[in-house]
Amino acid sequence: MLSILYQLWLRQMKRFLRSGLRIIMGFVQPLIYMVALGYGLNSVFQRAGNGSYIQFIVPGIIVQTIMFSSMFWGANIIFDKQFGFLKETLVAPVPRIIIMLGNSLGGATISFLQGIILFGIALAFGFRPANWSELPFTFLCMAMLALAVVSFSAGIGAVVNDMQAFVAVNNFLLIPLFFLSSALYPLDHVPKIMRLIASVNPISYHVDAVRTSLIGVSHFGLPLDMAVITIVLGLFLYFGSYRFNRLQA
Amino acid sequence: MRESIISINNVTKRFGNLTAVDNICLNVFQGELFALLGPNGAGKSTTIKMLTTLLKPTSGTLLLAGHDVVKESHAARNSFGIVFQDTSLDEELTAYENMALHAALYSVPKDKAEGRIEQMLTLVELWDRRKSLVKTFSGGMKRRLEIARGLLHHPKILFLDEPTLGLDTQTRNMLWEYIITVNKNEGMTVFFTTHYLQEAESVAHRIAIVDHGKIVAMGDAAQLKEKTGTSSLEAAYLQLTGKQLRDETLDAAESSRERIRAFRRIRNQ
Ligand SMILES: Nc1ncnc2c1ncn2[C@@H]1O[C@H](COP(=O)(O)OP(=O)(O)O)[C@@H](O)[C@H]1O
Ligand SMILES: [Mg+2]
Repeated sequence: MLSILYQLWLRQMKRFLRSGLRIIMGFVQPLIYMVALGYGLNSVFQRAGNGSYIQFIVPGIIVQTIMFSSMFWGANIIFDKQFGFLKETLVAPVPRIIIMLGNSLGGATISFLQGIILFGIALAFGFRPANWSELPFTFLCMAMLALAVVSFSAGIGAVVNDMQAFVAVNNFLLIPLFFLSSALYPLDHVPKIMRLIASVNPISYHVDAVRTSLIGVSHFGLPLDMAVITIVLGLFLYFGSYRFNRLQA
Repeated sequence: MRESIISINNVTKRFGNLTAVDNICLNVFQGELFALLGPNGAGKSTTIKMLTTLLKPTSGTLLLAGHDVVKESHAARNSFGIVFQDTSLDEELTAYENMALHAALYSVPKDKAEGRIEQMLTLVELWDRRKSLVKTFSGGMKRRLEIARGLLHHPKILFLDEPTLGLDTQTRNMLWEYIITVNKNEGMTVFFTTHYLQEAESVAHRIAIVDHGKIVAMGDAAQLKEKTGTSSLEAAYLQLTGKQLRDETLDAAESSRERIRAFRRIRNQ
């Protein structure tokens, strides 16, 4: 099974490395987020007396980069349907969960790397982690987020057959999740209702975990963060493999 | 009594209120070359998709090598190889990579896989092009690659859904010759659909003709001619299914232009 997972992952890596445009976008997108959000809002933030917005926002942009890149992964499933290749994997004597996982590990690797690229760009912009030794933990949280959202998106891609419906579902489900999280603003200063929404939004916990390990500022506390992150990953993996199990062609 | 390796029992498939397959029963014996003929939209591909676990029947049961395709889909999937009517290659990978991925999916050991891939790619005359991306291939080359891939893991049963469409006569002959050899040497059962009636007549041990989701006749070519009092399989076929042209299927995924042309050609001969 491991070698099948590896081969399915390898397929995605090959496809990615052969698509020049996607690689370039992989660099450009994080850069745009960084410049627009980090630099653009830095002055506002400082004037409000909250210290450096760059320090505060980098964990948020890392989560954003990973989320936005992951949530479109399902488009690849739709392409595989349209080009017919999906059938080749669906008739193979391989449990559907392995097919879904191999596919999603490929997607998660790509979005995770984008998060790493963003981290590198942030360093160049003057961002400094409070504690370098916690970096591996940050990376773990990033990887878990990537795999969770990619699996969820793969599940959506399995249900939906055309691209327009897919984009609509994404915009409806995932974009609010990001903007109503604690990624862009500290929860201590926002209206109560926003705080409430953000606290039931799982993405806030991803942001919080990354922020805690990167700059030592925590809102919910790491144990709760990790519990939510793990549960979300489990649920989204389950959703993805459930949808793959029911896939017909 | 010969053992049946494919068994279709009272199978119906509905899409909304369209009945694509209408209560069919069919047995294919171990080692048989079996052809399913019928006009466009008759339900041939739907039948193959149900047999290969891609679609669940609305009612009835299908067995492959004794395994229920719904309840024991994993075991059923271990028993066959398939060439779909529409392409199912990864066009961003090379010919070799497509074969290697298939070998991995079917757990063919790596040392065996290499030799086998070379053998199959050589057979379909694509070994020289093994490092080319599939998207640079012509339709016929893709078809040959898919047939090579379907045979790679030595399946017990081979499903072929209009496998030779768009291939020239030389390639068609070569492929059937090879498939018949494997059928003889390894006892591989072959279940195929085609619009080339002479292909069915020369290759198949038995033929079923379907129309509007129902089996309208079954037997070897001689029996079908005798039953209809005709002198060619084509005349028998036309008598059984009528001369009227059928609407092209609405399924957008099915590439249709080539199919309808081949179909008209047969009709107008
Ligand atoms: N996924 C689907 N949804 C709705 N109708 C379908 C679907 N697949 C096939 N059909 C319909 O079922 C009928 C049988 O199709 P098919 O099995 O592809 O015929 P054949 O392969 O004999 O040409 C056609 O009328 C086709 O339009
Ligand atoms: Mg068909």
